[in-house]
Amino acid sequence: MIEARGLVKRYGATTAVDDLSFSIRPGLVTGFLGPNGAGKTTTMRMILGLDAPTQGSVTVGGHSYRDLPAPMREVGALLDAKALHGGRRARDHLLCLAQSNGIPRGRVDEVIRTVGLESVARRRAKGFSLGMGQRLGIAAALLGDPAVLIFDEPINGLDPDGIHWVRTLMRTLAAEGRTVLISSHLMSEMAVTADHLLVIGKGRLIADTSVDDFVRSSSRRSVHVRSPQAAELAARCREAGATAAVAGTDPDIIEITGMDSTEVGKLAAAHGIVLFELIPVRASLEEAFMELTRDSVEYQAAGATR
Amino acid sequence: MTDATIAPAAPDHRPAFRAATFGDALRSEWTKLHSVRSTFWALTVTVVLGVGLGAAISAAAAHGYDMSSASGKLSWDPTSDSLNGIAVAQLGIAVLGVLFISSEYSSGMIRASLIAVPKRGRVLAAKSLVLAAVTFVVGEVTSFAAFFAGQALISGHAPQAALGDPGVARAVVGGGLVLAALAVLSVATGALLRHPAAGIACMLAVTLVLPAIAQALPDSWRNPVTEFWPTYAGGQLTTVYHSARTLLPWPGFGVLCLFVAIVYAIAWTLLDRRDA
Repeated sequence: MIEARGLVKRYGATTAVDDLSFSIRPGLVTGFLGPNGAGKTTTMRMILGLDAPTQGSVTVGGHSYRDLPAPMREVGALLDAKALHGGRRARDHLLCLAQSNGIPRGRVDEVIRTVGLESVARRRAKGFSLGMGQRLGIAAALLGDPAVLIFDEPINGLDPDGIHWVRTLMRTLAAEGRTVLISSHLMSEMAVTADHLLVIGKGRLIADTSVDDFVRSSSRRSVHVRSPQAAELAARCREAGATAAVAGTDPDIIEITGMDSTEVGKLAAAHGIVLFELIPVRASLEEAFMELTRDSVEYQAAGATR
Repeated sequence: MTDATIAPAAPDHRPAFRAATFGDALRSEWTKLHSVRSTFWALTVTVVLGVGLGAAISAAAAHGYDMSSASGKLSWDPTSDSLNGIAVAQLGIAVLGVLFISSEYSSGMIRASLIAVPKRGRVLAAKSLVLAAVTFVVGEVTSFAAFFAGQALISGHAPQAALGDPGVARAVVGGGLVLAALAVLSVATGALLRHPAAGIACMLAVTLVLPAIAQALPDSWRNPVTEFWPTYAGGQLTTVYHSARTLLPWPGFGVLCLFVAIVYAIAWTLLDRRDA
């Protein structure tokens, strides 16, 4: 359980995190979603006691992180896969972290096996690929067998196999009753990994919702129709309160919103209108996410039309 | 999504655990120290410079003894000559101490370290203590080796010193103590500046450059510097002959320790307050 109350972080004139309140529940994978620069990493750093909030507070299991008597036993975190001494062997890296919390040596070999780094455990970390670094970082987070896990962009740099592995691991950890928080800027990834979403933009909370609700509420639906009597159908739909417009250059193809495909089909039949194509169209999650965060994207390409 | 099929949060089956201790932090820092190659190289440089330079200075001084003035013979201090290399060997320890913590900042490892041990004062204390202990051992080895090598080279050319002579044992043991104090200063400086290059440059200035500049100043400026500059004052612990306008060995070492304590306190305060 992670709880934030009115969390604010300012760096000079910049407000990185702006009055964020949320609680992250155990037993679920919570996706922490937002465009680059939205304040995800800053928030995670405050949860982990690395940065002090300008205002507000955040607790893990009811305690401020810096007051935890054995932090790694309660919270496992991966912030940056490349944040380790390149001259140190992978196993020594894990060992020094384990020792700092009194975690037995045997556990180090256990987590090395869990993440599949046995073959490189005695190699110095500077030769590691980003994917291997991610696995090593995840191993470090698992050392203390903690009830709360926090991962900042854990799939960055992983190959498809690795992504599948992380996804399965996250789901397993949550199913074991742990609190799992993963940040990402990829909506599509969160849709298949997370149960719950925390969406932020420009440091502010935009949505705190289950993935299902998010998909249901924000997906714009429309119906794509091709018909030789498209103009007539469009008029009938408008009469029924929907919107209909020619979608492209072909006047036979129209896009109808405000009615589902069943209703459009019945309407067409009632008026004897011939249909060649009747396709329900659903805006992708990615589009829904972009729609939601459109006003809070920190860095936009020049001339971006959104 | 599989939201509905997720089992409710299971009760916590994990075995009970104990709170992390300062001893855990010490073990962790010891692993960090001996698991990188730079430690081995820095300590090797320290020993080689300390013993080698001490031997060279001893040999040169011994050969010049006959030609030196009466006052030169009066202030003849074969112990100090043989331990003179330690003033330069400090560099190995300074680099090691600064890197021990600043490399964590440059690599990002510090975040993993502070997530593992959020009581930040504990990290700084454990790092300082581990490095001071290792440096003390290596420093004593260096100091004794330099002393015996130096006296062997002096013997036959000039009066030599023996460990049983007044003040000699204190001076030789002092070599390791001064290096250990410097190790703590270097770790604190590294924590304060966070940047390896800045930390090393700062330690170079404190140990070598500023004292050298002071030599070029008029007496009225130079004398207080040679008397109270911390690394200078600390160095008095490795001398037997006591010249005017220098502090006595233990008070001199006390000035060094006081300086180390002040820098350490500032580093501790900032480490605790700054965002990592």
